[in-house]
Amino acid sequence: MLLIYCPYCEQDLPELEFAYAGEAHIARPADPAALSDEEWRDFLFIRSNPKGVHFERWRHLNGCARFFNAARETVGDKFLATYKAGEPRPDADALLASPTGDAK
Amino acid sequence: MNAMTSTLAAGVTITELAPTTRIALRLADPATVPGLSLPTEVGARSADGSRTALCLGPDEWLIEAPEADRAAVLATLAGISAPHSAVEVSDREITYALEGPAVLDLLATGCPRDLARMPVGSGARTVFDTAQVVLTRETDDRFHLTVWRSFASHVRALLDLAQRELAAGL
Repeated sequence: MLLIYCPYCEQDLPELEFAYAGEAHIARPADPAALSDEEWRDFLFIRSNPKGVHFERWRHLNGCARFFNAARETVGDKFLATYKAGEPRPDADALLASPTGDAK
Repeated sequence: MNAMTSTLAAGVTITELAPTTRIALRLADPATVPGLSLPTEVGARSADGSRTALCLGPDEWLIEAPEADRAAVLATLAGISAPHSAVEVSDREITYALEGPAVLDLLATGCPRDLARMPVGSGARTVFDTAQVVLTRETDDRFHLTVWRSFASHVRALLDLAQRELAAGL
Protein backbone atom coordinates (compact mmCIF):
# COMPACT_ATOMS: atom_id res chain seq x y z
CA MET A 1 0.00 0.00 0.00
CA LEU A 2 1.19 3.52 -0.78
CA LEU A 3 1.61 6.09 1.94
CA ILE A 4 0.51 9.55 0.82
CA TYR A 5 1.53 12.73 2.63
CA CYS A 6 -1.55 14.87 3.24
CA PRO A 7 -0.50 18.54 3.26
CA TYR A 8 -3.44 19.44 5.51
CA CYS A 9 -3.08 16.62 8.06
CA GLU A 10 0.73 16.85 7.79
CA GLN A 11 1.15 13.08 8.05
CA ASP A 12 1.91 10.11 5.82
CA LEU A 13 -1.38 8.24 5.62
CA PRO A 14 -2.54 5.07 3.86
CA GLU A 15 -3.71 5.21 0.27
CA LEU A 16 -7.09 3.69 1.26
CA GLU A 17 -8.08 6.99 2.87
CA PHE A 18 -7.59 8.90 -0.40
CA ALA A 19 -9.45 9.20 -3.69
CA TYR A 20 -7.91 10.10 -7.03
CA ALA A 21 -9.54 13.10 -8.69
CA GLY A 22 -7.99 13.54 -12.13
CA GLU A 23 -5.31 15.75 -13.60
CA ALA A 24 -4.43 18.96 -11.73
CA HIS A 25 -3.98 22.53 -12.92
CA ILE A 26 -6.76 22.46 -15.51
CA ALA A 27 -8.36 25.88 -15.36
CA ARG A 28 -11.97 26.26 -16.43
CA PRO A 29 -12.19 28.74 -19.33
CA ALA A 30 -13.38 32.16 -18.21
CA ASP A 31 -15.96 32.37 -21.00
CA PRO A 32 -17.04 28.87 -22.08
CA ALA A 33 -19.52 30.25 -24.63
CA ALA A 34 -16.65 31.75 -26.62
CA LEU A 35 -14.91 28.42 -27.14
CA SER A 36 -15.08 26.34 -30.28
CA ASP A 37 -16.36 22.77 -30.02
CA GLU A 38 -12.80 21.46 -30.30
CA GLU A 39 -11.51 23.72 -27.53
CA TRP A 40 -14.40 22.73 -25.25
CA ARG A 41 -13.76 19.05 -26.01
CA ASP A 42 -10.09 19.53 -25.14
CA PHE A 43 -10.99 21.18 -21.84
CA LEU A 44 -13.47 18.47 -20.88
CA PHE A 45 -11.81 15.29 -22.07
CA ILE A 46 -8.27 15.62 -23.38
CA ARG A 47 -5.67 14.85 -20.73
CA SER A 48 -1.89 14.61 -20.89
CA ASN A 49 -1.37 11.02 -19.59
CA PRO A 50 2.43 11.32 -19.42
CA LYS A 51 5.01 8.65 -18.80
CA GLY A 52 6.93 10.36 -16.04
CA VAL A 53 5.89 13.12 -13.66
CA HIS A 54 2.12 13.61 -13.56
CA PHE A 55 0.46 16.43 -11.66
CA GLU A 56 -2.85 15.22 -10.31
CA ARG A 57 -5.57 16.01 -7.83
CA TRP A 58 -6.28 13.80 -4.84
CA ARG A 59 -8.86 14.07 -2.11
CA HIS A 60 -8.33 12.92 1.45
CA LEU A 61 -11.84 11.52 1.36
CA ASN A 62 -11.73 9.43 4.54
CA GLY A 63 -9.82 12.02 6.54
CA CYS A 64 -9.81 15.79 6.40
CA ALA A 65 -11.85 15.64 3.15
CA ARG A 66 -9.65 18.24 1.45
CA PHE A 67 -8.56 18.28 -2.17
CA PHE A 68 -4.83 18.74 -2.76
CA ASN A 69 -2.36 18.26 -5.60
CA ALA A 70 0.35 15.66 -6.01
CA ALA A 71 3.25 15.09 -8.35
CA ARG A 72 3.50 11.37 -9.04
CA GLU A 73 6.03 9.57 -11.17
CA THR A 74 3.85 7.24 -13.22
CA VAL A 75 6.44 4.58 -14.06
CA GLY A 76 7.40 3.71 -10.50
CA ASP A 77 4.12 4.98 -8.99
CA LYS A 78 6.14 7.12 -6.58
CA PHE A 79 4.74 10.28 -5.05
CA LEU A 80 7.40 12.98 -5.50
CA ALA A 81 5.54 15.75 -3.67
CA THR A 82 2.14 16.82 -2.47
CA TYR A 83 1.03 20.40 -1.99
CA LYS A 84 -2.10 22.31 -1.05
CA ALA A 85 -4.70 23.23 -3.63
CA GLY A 86 -4.00 26.69 -5.05
CA GLU A 87 -0.23 26.48 -4.64
CA PRO A 88 1.88 26.74 -7.80
CA ARG A 89 2.97 23.64 -9.68
CA PRO A 90 6.49 22.59 -8.61
CA ASP A 91 9.19 22.06 -11.21
CA ALA A 92 9.14 18.45 -12.42
CA ASP A 93 12.87 18.23 -13.14
CA ALA A 94 13.74 19.59 -9.69
CA LEU A 95 11.49 16.97 -8.08
CA LEU A 96 13.12 14.14 -9.99
CA ALA A 97 16.59 15.49 -9.17
CA SER A 98 15.97 15.88 -5.42
CA PRO A 99 18.15 13.34 -3.59
CA THR A 100 15.38 11.83 -1.51
CA GLY A 101 12.83 11.94 -4.31
CA ASP A 102 10.10 12.70 -1.83
CA ALA A 103 10.37 16.45 -1.37
CA LYS A 104 7.52 17.67 0.72
CA MET B 1 -22.76 -11.68 28.38
CA ASN B 2 -25.44 -9.08 27.74
CA ALA B 3 -26.46 -7.73 24.37
CA MET B 4 -24.65 -4.42 24.64
CA THR B 5 -21.28 -5.65 25.85
CA SER B 6 -19.23 -8.61 24.81
CA THR B 7 -16.10 -9.59 26.66
CA LEU B 8 -13.72 -12.44 26.08
CA ALA B 9 -10.80 -13.49 28.20
CA ALA B 10 -7.99 -12.29 25.95
CA GLY B 11 -7.94 -8.83 24.75
CA VAL B 12 -10.76 -6.50 24.00
CA THR B 13 -14.14 -5.33 25.24
CA ILE B 14 -16.60 -3.85 22.77
CA THR B 15 -19.32 -1.66 24.27
CA GLU B 16 -22.00 0.38 22.55
CA LEU B 17 -22.12 3.75 24.30
CA ALA B 18 -25.24 5.64 25.26
CA PRO B 19 -26.46 8.36 22.85
CA THR B 20 -24.75 11.75 23.05
CA THR B 21 -25.22 15.08 21.36
CA ARG B 22 -23.07 15.45 18.26
CA ILE B 23 -22.71 18.57 16.12
CA ALA B 24 -20.87 18.80 12.80
CA LEU B 25 -19.50 22.34 12.61
CA ARG B 26 -18.06 23.90 9.45
CA LEU B 27 -16.43 27.28 9.89
CA ALA B 28 -13.58 29.24 8.29
CA ASP B 29 -12.08 30.90 11.36
CA PRO B 30 -12.34 29.08 14.74
CA ALA B 31 -11.38 32.24 16.62
CA THR B 32 -14.83 33.64 15.86
CA VAL B 33 -16.60 31.19 18.18
CA PRO B 34 -17.18 32.52 21.67
CA GLY B 35 -17.55 29.92 24.42
CA LEU B 36 -15.98 27.00 22.57
CA SER B 37 -12.30 26.23 22.30
CA LEU B 38 -11.74 24.77 18.84
CA PRO B 39 -8.34 23.19 18.14
CA THR B 40 -6.82 24.21 14.80
CA GLU B 41 -4.55 21.24 14.12
CA VAL B 42 -6.22 18.37 12.23
CA GLY B 43 -6.66 15.46 14.66
CA ALA B 44 -6.39 17.54 17.82
CA ARG B 45 -9.17 17.39 20.37
CA SER B 46 -10.04 19.85 23.08
CA ALA B 47 -12.13 19.18 26.16
CA ASP B 48 -14.17 21.81 27.93
CA GLY B 49 -15.81 20.13 30.89
CA SER B 50 -17.93 17.35 29.41
CA ARG B 51 -17.84 18.86 25.91
CA THR B 52 -15.19 17.86 23.41
CA ALA B 53 -14.33 19.32 20.03
CA LEU B 54 -12.36 17.21 17.55
CA CYS B 55 -10.79 18.92 14.55
CA LEU B 56 -11.58 16.68 11.56
CA GLY B 57 -10.31 19.00 8.85
CA PRO B 58 -9.01 22.55 8.40
CA ASP B 59 -12.56 23.93 8.64
CA GLU B 60 -14.49 21.08 10.24
CA TRP B 61 -15.11 20.02 13.83
CA LEU B 62 -17.11 17.32 15.57
CA ILE B 63 -18.50 18.59 18.86
CA GLU B 64 -19.71 16.04 21.38
CA ALA B 65 -21.56 16.68 24.62
CA PRO B 66 -23.87 14.79 26.98
CA GLU B 67 -27.52 14.85 25.96
CA ALA B 68 -28.33 17.01 28.99
CA ASP B 69 -26.07 19.77 27.59
CA ARG B 70 -27.73 19.79 24.17
CA ALA B 71 -29.62 23.04 24.63
CA ALA B 72 -26.57 24.83 26.04
CA VAL B 73 -24.38 23.73 23.13
CA LEU B 74 -26.97 24.77 20.57
CA ALA B 75 -27.32 28.15 22.29
CA THR B 76 -23.55 28.64 22.13
CA LEU B 77 -23.51 27.82 18.44
CA ALA B 78 -26.44 30.13 17.76
CA GLY B 79 -24.22 32.98 18.95
CA ILE B 80 -21.75 32.60 16.08
CA SER B 81 -22.00 35.60 13.80
CA ALA B 82 -19.56 34.48 11.07
CA PRO B 83 -20.90 32.38 8.18
CA HIS B 84 -20.94 28.77 9.31
CA SER B 85 -22.83 25.50 9.27
CA ALA B 86 -23.73 23.70 12.50
CA VAL B 87 -25.67 20.51 11.91
CA GLU B 88 -26.86 18.22 14.67
CA VAL B 89 -25.91 14.66 13.75
CA SER B 90 -26.58 13.00 17.11
CA ASP B 91 -28.83 10.32 15.67
CA ARG B 92 -26.67 9.70 12.61
CA GLU B 93 -23.90 7.92 14.44
CA ILE B 94 -23.24 5.20 16.98
CA THR B 95 -20.13 5.09 19.15
CA TYR B 96 -18.46 1.89 20.24
CA ALA B 97 -15.88 1.85 23.01
CA LEU B 98 -13.07 -0.61 22.32
CA GLU B 99 -10.88 -1.35 25.29
CA GLY B 100 -8.20 -3.84 26.17
CA PRO B 101 -4.55 -4.70 25.61
CA ALA B 102 -5.25 -6.09 22.12
CA VAL B 103 -7.22 -3.06 20.93
CA LEU B 104 -4.58 -2.05 18.35
CA ASP B 105 -4.64 -5.55 16.87
CA LEU B 106 -8.43 -5.45 16.74
CA LEU B 107 -8.48 -2.13 14.88
CA ALA B 108 -5.68 -3.22 12.57
CA THR B 109 -7.99 -5.87 11.13
CA GLY B 110 -10.00 -3.16 9.39
CA CYS B 111 -8.23 0.18 9.64
CA PRO B 112 -5.18 0.90 7.45
CA ARG B 113 -3.92 3.79 9.57
CA ASP B 114 -0.97 3.29 11.94
CA LEU B 115 -2.93 3.83 15.14
CA ALA B 116 0.04 3.14 17.43
CA ARG B 117 1.25 6.60 16.37
CA MET B 118 -2.02 8.30 17.32
CA PRO B 119 -1.45 10.29 20.54
CA VAL B 120 -3.80 9.77 23.48
CA GLY B 121 -6.44 12.50 23.46
CA SER B 122 -6.43 12.97 19.72
CA GLY B 123 -8.61 11.53 16.99
CA ALA B 124 -9.16 11.31 13.27
CA ARG B 125 -11.64 10.44 10.60
CA THR B 126 -10.48 7.32 8.82
CA VAL B 127 -11.86 4.15 7.31
CA PHE B 128 -12.76 0.73 8.74
CA ASP B 129 -13.31 -1.88 6.06
CA THR B 130 -14.72 0.71 3.57
CA ALA B 131 -16.98 2.36 6.18
CA GLN B 132 -15.99 5.86 7.19
CA VAL B 133 -15.43 6.11 10.95
CA VAL B 134 -14.16 8.63 13.47
CA LEU B 135 -11.63 7.17 15.89
CA THR B 136 -10.57 8.88 19.10
CA ARG B 137 -7.92 7.57 21.45
CA GLU B 138 -9.14 7.94 25.02
CA THR B 139 -6.28 6.13 26.76
CA ASP B 140 -3.41 3.90 25.64
CA ASP B 141 -5.71 0.91 25.21
CA ARG B 142 -9.12 2.50 24.82
CA PHE B 143 -10.51 3.87 21.55
CA HIS B 144 -13.94 5.21 20.67
CA LEU B 145 -15.14 4.31 17.19
CA THR B 146 -17.99 6.42 15.83
CA VAL B 147 -19.72 5.13 12.73
CA TRP B 148 -22.85 6.02 10.76
CA ARG B 149 -25.67 3.88 12.07
CA SER B 150 -26.43 2.34 8.69
CA PHE B 151 -22.90 0.89 8.65
CA ALA B 152 -22.89 0.02 12.36
CA SER B 153 -24.14 -3.55 12.10
CA HIS B 154 -21.54 -4.32 9.43
CA VAL B 155 -18.70 -2.80 11.46
CA ARG B 156 -19.92 -4.44 14.68
CA ALA B 157 -20.04 -7.86 13.03
CA LEU B 158 -16.46 -7.47 11.82
CA LEU B 159 -15.30 -6.26 15.24
CA ASP B 160 -17.00 -9.21 16.94
CA LEU B 161 -15.40 -11.64 14.51
CA ALA B 162 -11.94 -10.14 15.01
CA GLN B 163 -12.48 -10.17 18.76
CA ARG B 164 -13.21 -13.91 18.69
CA GLU B 165 -10.16 -14.52 16.51
CA LEU B 166 -7.94 -12.60 18.92
CA ALA B 167 -9.38 -14.50 21.86
CA ALA B 168 -8.67 -17.77 20.08
CA GLY B 169 -5.06 -16.69 19.55
CA LEU B 170 -5.29 -16.53 15.76
